[in-house]
Amino acid sequence: MFKLEKRPFDSKTMSYCSPVIALCLTLFFGGLLFLSLGHNPFEALYTFFILPLSDAYGLTELGMKVAPLLLCAMGLSICFKAKIWNIGAEGQFIMGGLGGGFMALQFLDAQSSWVLVPILLFGALCGLAWAALAALLKTKFNANEILTTIMLNYIALNALLWAVHGPLKDPEGFNFPESAKFADAAILPLLHEDYRLTIAIFFGLFAMVAIWTLLSRSWLGFQINVLGEDKAAAHYAGFKENKLVWFALLTCGALAGLAGVSEVAGPIGQLIPYISPGYGYSAIIVVFLGRMHPLGILLASMLMGLTYMGGEMVQIEMSLPKSITGLFQGMLLFFLLASDLLISYRIVKSKKDQNDNPAAVSSAA
Amino acid sequence: MDIDLITNILYATIRTGTPLILVAFGEMVCEKSGVLNLGQEGMMLMGAVVGFAAAVVTGSLMLAILMAIIAGVCMSLLFGFLSITLVSNQVASGLALTIFGGGLSAFIGANYVGVGIEGVPPLVIPFLSDIPVIGKAFFAQDPLVYFSFFMGGLLFFVLTRTRLGLKLRAVGENPEAANSMGIHVHGIRYMAVMFGGAMAGLAGGYLSLAYTPLWSDGMTAGKGWIALALVVFASWKVGRIMLGAYLFGIASIMHLILQGTGFEISPSILAMLPYVATIFVLVLLSSNQSKAKLNAPMSLGVAYRPQL
Repeated sequence: MFKLEKRPFDSKTMSYCSPVIALCLTLFFGGLLFLSLGHNPFEALYTFFILPLSDAYGLTELGMKVAPLLLCAMGLSICFKAKIWNIGAEGQFIMGGLGGGFMALQFLDAQSSWVLVPILLFGALCGLAWAALAALLKTKFNANEILTTIMLNYIALNALLWAVHGPLKDPEGFNFPESAKFADAAILPLLHEDYRLTIAIFFGLFAMVAIWTLLSRSWLGFQINVLGEDKAAAHYAGFKENKLVWFALLTCGALAGLAGVSEVAGPIGQLIPYISPGYGYSAIIVVFLGRMHPLGILLASMLMGLTYMGGEMVQIEMSLPKSITGLFQGMLLFFLLASDLLISYRIVKSKKDQNDNPAAVSSAA
Repeated sequence: MDIDLITNILYATIRTGTPLILVAFGEMVCEKSGVLNLGQEGMMLMGAVVGFAAAVVTGSLMLAILMAIIAGVCMSLLFGFLSITLVSNQVASGLALTIFGGGLSAFIGANYVGVGIEGVPPLVIPFLSDIPVIGKAFFAQDPLVYFSFFMGGLLFFVLTRTRLGLKLRAVGENPEAANSMGIHVHGIRYMAVMFGGAMAGLAGGYLSLAYTPLWSDGMTAGKGWIALALVVFASWKVGRIMLGAYLFGIASIMHLILQGTGFEISPSILAMLPYVATIFVLVLLSSNQSKAKLNAPMSLGVAYRPQL
């Protein structure tokens, strides 16, 4: 039999290997799933993971999905580094979209692209304000941020529904729960006119570099790291915990808000009831999968973006439900957490003469 | 407000509170053993979809409810394996369970959207249900509502009066001490987690088989998370969970109450109420933080591995 043995030090190699192991396990079990549904697993996995990227259009579509994921995940990485469990990127994303969309609707006959400045700023600000609520509740009232941010997600979603069914509904929209289409000037510039990819991808990449610098080079980043690693040490060193909580949440909120407004003032082009296919939740997986490291997060965003495209692809090609995306994402996180065990433990063959040591038997995994 | 309206509000409050009670009971037992399972939402969704699918396929509601419970238990075993055996971070494992449950339930349920079934019929108790005002609310409900009453009594008894309850609390307070007393910490924790899964599965099944007999993606709409807040609100006490759940029930059926007063308000705004109420409750609790902490199991959220 095998048993687990604690490593003297956490293994750095394993922390890089475990996402790869998780991906392999996900592919394996995903293949089994397709097989059980009566499809050739290799063909299905090819359709899910390779086919979406087989042409330039696919690659730009991937970029379109990476942009919001990267923005949300980079913000979340600050929070998670400080062990602030912000589950609210989804709500902050929606509020960013709602706020930015509201602003865009004020400029329906705009001619100049300068209107994008207030639209984007207001979107980011709304996301920031939504995160500020969670920060206020945590620092002032000590309310658990996991629960408050989740609740705020549902409230944000209902706020969006209220807006598109009520005050922001297009009066000429045949009573559909949608806003008017934004003016062309209020839509983010495309990178190339044949594709839907907008400059939002640059926001994501810029955020990545900025936060990378912040976390690895600045005094503020150092404080955040210490707070997450050892709360007591942070207190002892006199770091202002509340200030750091505010900073992490507000930054995350602003980035998620920016992601939200970039979606509505980008590929979507108007306010609709469903502006996010769960980017805020997927970004949580992205952060874990990316080892909270900016480059890792970029790679993980690409993989996670791919799962969205794969879901759509198997829906078109094999008429399987699109929700297979969520299934793959969940599996990925499961296997990641499981293989993360190998970072601090190693599996060793236990000796034959276990009977001498009953404790070893009981701890065999 | 006439008497009929009050009767109906009471009736709807109990019905709406029931799934919250069930899932919160499960979470409470789980937390008593020191395990924080944030996957309630995922387990509920799986219970809801599997129960519903079983009802459509087999036509048997009894079997459907059983399948909902089994689905919840299977999901909880995934969580247990991660967080207890593999000592993964409980917060992350719970989130994983919710994300996975959301995806898997939507996948399974894709073929069942828009399908209709006969829901669990009410079990009207003669005479008692004729009591004015409260009769309909307490004695003309479906069997699962009565089960939630029964479960409340049973849990109270087991937790406060039995050896098993004592062991459970010992494991949650101090696993090392419990282990040295010869209690199988992991065994107790697994049992608690599985009970949590069973109750969450049942709560999900209640939603899709009795409350609104249909399936739609994400139909639990955060009830698993509200239940988590509810456990804190109730400071891990059975009676207060029931009370709290009915308070949330009232917040969720505000439209019914407002209907009586002729006050018009957007349904989306009303749908926010339970979530706003949850935040409000959390804030209220934290103002009395030392007291809330006093009741929390000491080792809540701390993984335990027997030392060699």
